[in-house]
Amino acid sequence: MIAIFFVLIGIGVILSFIRVIIGPTSSDRVAALDTMNVMLTGLIVVLAYVFNRSIYLDIALVYALLSFLETIVISRYLEGRK
Amino acid sequence: MSANVIIGDILIAIGAFFYFLGGLGILRMPDVYNRLQAGTKATTLGTFSTVIGVGISKPEFLIKALIIVAFVAMTNPVGSSVLARASYLSGVKPCDCTKVDEYKGGGEE
Amino acid sequence: MSVFITSLVLWLLLTKFTYSELLAGVIVSILVALTLRKYHGIKYDWKLLWRFIYYVFAYLPVFVVEMIKANFDVAARVLNPKLPLNPGFVEIKTDLKGEASKLFLANSITLTPGTLSIDAKGERLFIHWIDVKSMENKEKYISQRFEKLLKGVFE
Repeated sequence: MIAIFFVLIGIGVILSFIRVIIGPTSSDRVAALDTMNVMLTGLIVVLAYVFNRSIYLDIALVYALLSFLETIVISRYLEGRK
Repeated sequence: MSANVIIGDILIAIGAFFYFLGGLGILRMPDVYNRLQAGTKATTLGTFSTVIGVGISKPEFLIKALIIVAFVAMTNPVGSSVLARASYLSGVKPCDCTKVDEYKGGGEE
Repeated sequence: MSVFITSLVLWLLLTKFTYSELLAGVIVSILVALTLRKYHGIKYDWKLLWRFIYYVFAYLPVFVVEMIKANFDVAARVLNPKLPLNPGFVEIKTDLKGEASKLFLANSITLTPGTLSIDAKGERLFIHWIDVKSMENKEKYISQRFEKLLKGVFE
């Protein structure tokens, strides 16, 4: 089960990373980056479960907070720049 | 293997499948707005399923897992709607298949 | 005061319960509450408990069911080789007044089948709809399920 998880989430991260590279506009890149950040939050939580360390959950929480902030800041920047 | 570990592992695998669908949707959809639809919905349910699965498998992680779920459920839709608004206002064209557009000009009267 | 209670509860949920942690949490919460004195928007009263119970038992089940339906909808669209899309930007009216209830309505619209809320101006909400069914009675497809429930929670 856990092996299936790592394979599928790896494919998902690779697919959205392809979109980060080829995306025609910067909005596409930020959308793919946002999706990738949420996937990596889930990945860190599963790593906490596999390695049995509860400190990784705090890392996942801070990562989710920072990725939300990053999306908001880049969106405001894109909105101001016509 | 006790019962809660099996249930938690199944939930984690379902969440991984939705993460995969989110990545595929991000790659296949034709424009930014449809990409955000697929990406946001699939990854939010994937996070719900994965993190609650971890919380069920290990009951001492459950409180922090619920905090992470509440946080992601609050912030992910807000982020994607701010990003959709920003890309519309900065002039990203919707794809040719778009039928109606009542938001022209940023919704001014 | 309400900011103090909120941050103290959050601190206690994030750490293990010992007396030194409790003391540090009280100090940090007092600092946060003093810093954010101007912006306090949370008001506690006795109706909050009733609202919370109503939220958990009436709103959350509908929300979770709609979210699972939304994901099967997205899965069917993404895995279909022809990629069936019929998107459009539409405008709907809402009756909700408060800021918090409109935030929850927009979040619910984003996570339900085929819709993504873009902007809110007063009582008008702008939605990106992936499959435009009809231009009449848009509210019936998009927001009516949640509006009644959220009116019960917040107003």
